[in-house]
Amino acid sequence: MNPTEKAAQHGEGIDASTGTLLYMEGVSVSFDGFKAINNLNFYVNDGELRCVIGPNGAGKTTMMDIITGKTRPDSGEVWFGRQVNLLKLNEPQIAEAGIGRKFQKPTVFEALTIFENLELAAAGDRSPLATYRLTLTAEQRDSVAEVAQTIGLQDQLDNAAQILSHGQKQWLEIGMLLMQKPRLLLVDEPVAGMTHQEMDRTGELLCGLAGQHTVVVVEHDMDFVRSLNTRVTVLHQGSVLAEGNMSDVQNNPEVIRVYLGE
Amino acid sequence: MLASMRGDRGGQIVLSVLLVATIVLPVLNLALPESHPWHVTTYQLNLFGKYLCYALLAMSVDLVWGYMGFLTLGHGAFFGLGGYAMGMYLMRQVGDRGVYGNPELPDFMVFLNWQELPWYWWGFDWFAVALVAIFLAPGLLAFLFGWFAFRSRVNGVYLSIISQAMTYALMLAFFRNEFGFGGNNGLTDFKDILGQPVNAQTTRVGLFVASSLAVIAGYLLCRSIVASRAGRVVVAIRDAENRTRFLGYNVASYQLAVLVVSAMLAGVAGALYVPQVGIINPGEFSPLNSIEIVIWVAIGGRATLYGAVVGALLVNFAKSWFTAALPEYWIFALGALFVLTTLWLPHGVAGIRRRSVVS
Repeated sequence: MNPTEKAAQHGEGIDASTGTLLYMEGVSVSFDGFKAINNLNFYVNDGELRCVIGPNGAGKTTMMDIITGKTRPDSGEVWFGRQVNLLKLNEPQIAEAGIGRKFQKPTVFEALTIFENLELAAAGDRSPLATYRLTLTAEQRDSVAEVAQTIGLQDQLDNAAQILSHGQKQWLEIGMLLMQKPRLLLVDEPVAGMTHQEMDRTGELLCGLAGQHTVVVVEHDMDFVRSLNTRVTVLHQGSVLAEGNMSDVQNNPEVIRVYLGE
Repeated sequence: MLASMRGDRGGQIVLSVLLVATIVLPVLNLALPESHPWHVTTYQLNLFGKYLCYALLAMSVDLVWGYMGFLTLGHGAFFGLGGYAMGMYLMRQVGDRGVYGNPELPDFMVFLNWQELPWYWWGFDWFAVALVAIFLAPGLLAFLFGWFAFRSRVNGVYLSIISQAMTYALMLAFFRNEFGFGGNNGLTDFKDILGQPVNAQTTRVGLFVASSLAVIAGYLLCRSIVASRAGRVVVAIRDAENRTRFLGYNVASYQLAVLVVSAMLAGVAGALYVPQVGIINPGEFSPLNSIEIVIWVAIGGRATLYGAVVGALLVNFAKSWFTAALPEYWIFALGALFVLTTLWLPHGVAGIRRRSVVS
């Protein structure tokens, strides 16, 4: 690990002085001849909340996979801040560098309490002997309380995660990512299967995170994206078709043609 | 370690009962005349000591199965290795009192016309060496098994089958005469342990007390693990292995550490078991034995530790009674017990208590 990568641990020291946190330039990847991502240029500003939409097969998930190191692009460059080349890091190193990813299906530790779920996600020495001896520090206790407040589960800390509703599990998992203090948070379809109330709550949660964290949300639900009232990127056939606020994007004839049709 | 007992009501009860039994039963055996109605015979005490070894063994299985989700079907191997290590020490204590009267070699080696002691028997004249081997032999086997299995991310039913194959392979090896552990007869005809005659009443009492203390110490150790953050990581691995990995935990090293600790506990159980039953043979490695341990834990209740203790004691008392009253039907009774538990008591005996707390 060279010094700049070391400095990049836990998202500290990521140089976003130009205002841009994530750069993807000229990225292409194909699977068996199918171009899933085609010369994609995608930039995310530090501290912003960005929505990525697009029809099925537009390359949304593949894009996330490239950022988190799951998929290697055939060409192009991906930088986290000005100095961290994500293409040189593997999945755990990228997570360590400060990029957290929330998958579509919520996976929390059912048998453990909300508190314990968050506690396990807290930063610290992760070796068996260290965790055997470790007692929770006041600082970690505070950060668990703070995150629980953010995700609205502060009154349920001692309940087992298995009694939570689907929506609450999604929030808990977002909370677990927040415990790791990521600089950039990638969230895959957060409101799939949620009730309207839960959707509203999730929207507030994500908007509240912007500023402290940079959040990229991939979502199918147009009403939800509209309610976030933020910058939207439309992907189509592996590249950016349009970018702007929701009403601009909705009125873009190209976008109407391929996707929205409203 | 005692701090981790807080909130473990079932464990507090079970340990208290054990502690009382550790003191009271030897007194009832040693101080009361045989004619007294409260007298506990040495035979009964010995039987109970044997069951306590099973209880420790069951606890070690609960640690890896109940908490970590590895349904082990080969824990008898670790029990057997601990037992053999103790057996080797006991064989060396026989000295020239064997049937052949050879001061240098155990009887079975004389019988096989061996001229000298194989190198792996060296040092077993000393109890300290045997003691190290009791921990080291099962620990090393667990480490090797875990190193290959966990690092390759083998899990679920495949892992169970491999664990069973492991104990089966050991059984076949120990059955061979040239392997150097007494072949199918195993090691037996012990005379002394730590300078005391193995069959003396006071030695029996001592072994019972040692077994009971081992269960208590083992319980405190296991409890301190499951109540720590490491214990919660282990449960997290059981429930969502990939998520745990994604949080940055090295899953394999946790699995390895827990399996090694568990194997050592099983080894201690085996070592205490052998002088109390007076024999160790390759039958201990039979897969059937390992499966029976799993049944004790299931009946007692998984992931509670004290459930494993209760399950092992309960099933083995029932077994003793049944095999005396209706010997042919024991195996059916055990099967029925297992089926009924699965149907009506999915959380085992420990689940009864938990349910009554909830309602």
